[in-house]
Amino acid sequence: MGSFKLGGISLKGMFSKPATKMYPTVVPEYFDRTAGHVENTDIKGCIMCGICSKRCPTSCITVDKDSGVWSINPFDCVSCGSCVRECPKDCLVMFNVYTAPATSKEPVVVKKPELTPEEKAAKAKADAEKAERIKAAKEAAAKKAAEKAQQDGE
Amino acid sequence: MAKSTVIPFGPQHPVLPEPVHLDLVLEDEKVVEAIPRLGFVHRGLEKLVEKKDYNQYVFITERICGICSFGHSYGYSQCVEHLMDIEIPPRAEYLRGIWHELSRIHSHLLWLGLAADSFGYENLFMQCWKIRERVLDIFEKTTGGRVILSACNVGGTLYDISDEELAGISNTLDIVRDEYSHITGAFLKDNSVRSRLVDVGYLSKQQALDLSIVGPFARASNVNNDVRCLGIGAYGELAEFEPIMSEGGDCFARVEVRAKEVFQSIDIVKELIDKIPAGEIFVKPKGSPAEGAEASMRLEQPRGECYYYARGNGTKFLDRFRIRTPTSINIAGMVTALKGCELADVPMIILTIDPCISCTER
Repeated sequence: MGSFKLGGISLKGMFSKPATKMYPTVVPEYFDRTAGHVENTDIKGCIMCGICSKRCPTSCITVDKDSGVWSINPFDCVSCGSCVRECPKDCLVMFNVYTAPATSKEPVVVKKPELTPEEKAAKAKADAEKAERIKAAKEAAAKKAAEKAQQDGE
Repeated sequence: MAKSTVIPFGPQHPVLPEPVHLDLVLEDEKVVEAIPRLGFVHRGLEKLVEKKDYNQYVFITERICGICSFGHSYGYSQCVEHLMDIEIPPRAEYLRGIWHELSRIHSHLLWLGLAADSFGYENLFMQCWKIRERVLDIFEKTTGGRVILSACNVGGTLYDISDEELAGISNTLDIVRDEYSHITGAFLKDNSVRSRLVDVGYLSKQQALDLSIVGPFARASNVNNDVRCLGIGAYGELAEFEPIMSEGGDCFARVEVRAKEVFQSIDIVKELIDKIPAGEIFVKPKGSPAEGAEASMRLEQPRGECYYYARGNGTKFLDRFRIRTPTSINIAGMVTALKGCELADVPMIILTIDPCISCTER
């Protein structure tokens, strides 16, 4: 029993450095894993599948495949990291710096860049090949179904 | 006979971190009855299971309460895993146990700080919160969040902790133990603290049993209902576990139990770090909870036993999810402990049950 149980700590505190940091003069160092904010760093590689938008618990991500626009509202985001984990192309990255304060809740919009003529030609070629493959597969399926129907009839 | 007076207490009061209202019926300075009123922070979180699928909902359970944040995601995940018959990897169980016990340390240190503040010991309050910062730094380093961790999900944990980091946590906890052992003397041996707490807000063992009190509040009245004794999850791997008990039943006993539980939690974390197995940390859940399937789970939160219930309906959305939190039970004990006390002791008694109103109202 007794009093002044914190006497030693109090005296020590008087002659040691403060435990707190003088923010904002001294900027805190964040850890690598600190959940700060999410960015789409590879919009060219993004396939606009919309999985990030579906998994997001706060619905703060919107994906418009037609116009190639990916946007996130950082002020609705809770930094749970679901989108980063689920992205099939690893386009999304969680940065360890928090979103800067702002006067309005503006979303961060990222748009797919316009394709160069070469890229357009390559895309048209790939689309044509894909359409051909689908057509061939459909024809094969129809042929198979017809043969099966014929066999059943016999 | 003295004339009865009704004094409104709360929902805003310097000693209350969260809103609860009490109508205190006084005769002179003595409280003869306390009538609680709740519902100031009801957010309808249980209803949200209809809109968020069972994977997304884990991030909502974390937000039920800021202090027992990890515990709620842990209890919910265990409950849904039980519902879907998912067996999670052993390493994930250990990681959950480590984070949960660290949460208990941070919750108790926060509460001890608040208790110190309420009996006018500003320096002690700051010292408790200073030590708590070390635990929050462990959280931030290992999961990315300081309070809301987003580390637990149905199927395991979302983050792993490397062996070097585990050794670092063990070293940090040694520092925490050393610093904390210097300030526990102020809680347990200081004359002015004892004179403020001893024989205040007494609750007998029989009363605690009758009112089904849970957590450190019950253990301070010598009633053991610590869910950790059941050995669910990583707690089953501990060599021995003996809950901290006290026979005092007063405010001092409650402070004593929580103060000693911090040391116990440090030992548990260190033991789990020593025993943690290598391997996977997550198994992706397949399918949805079956229609009509029901599951329940109990978890020892920092404030006591928390009960989770979930029912599936064949879709990825749960049909019903329910949480019974420790404070909703302990409020009955608080009202009983308040009867017959002095008006000046009311803040101390309310604080020593460690009420978490956000959990209670959800």
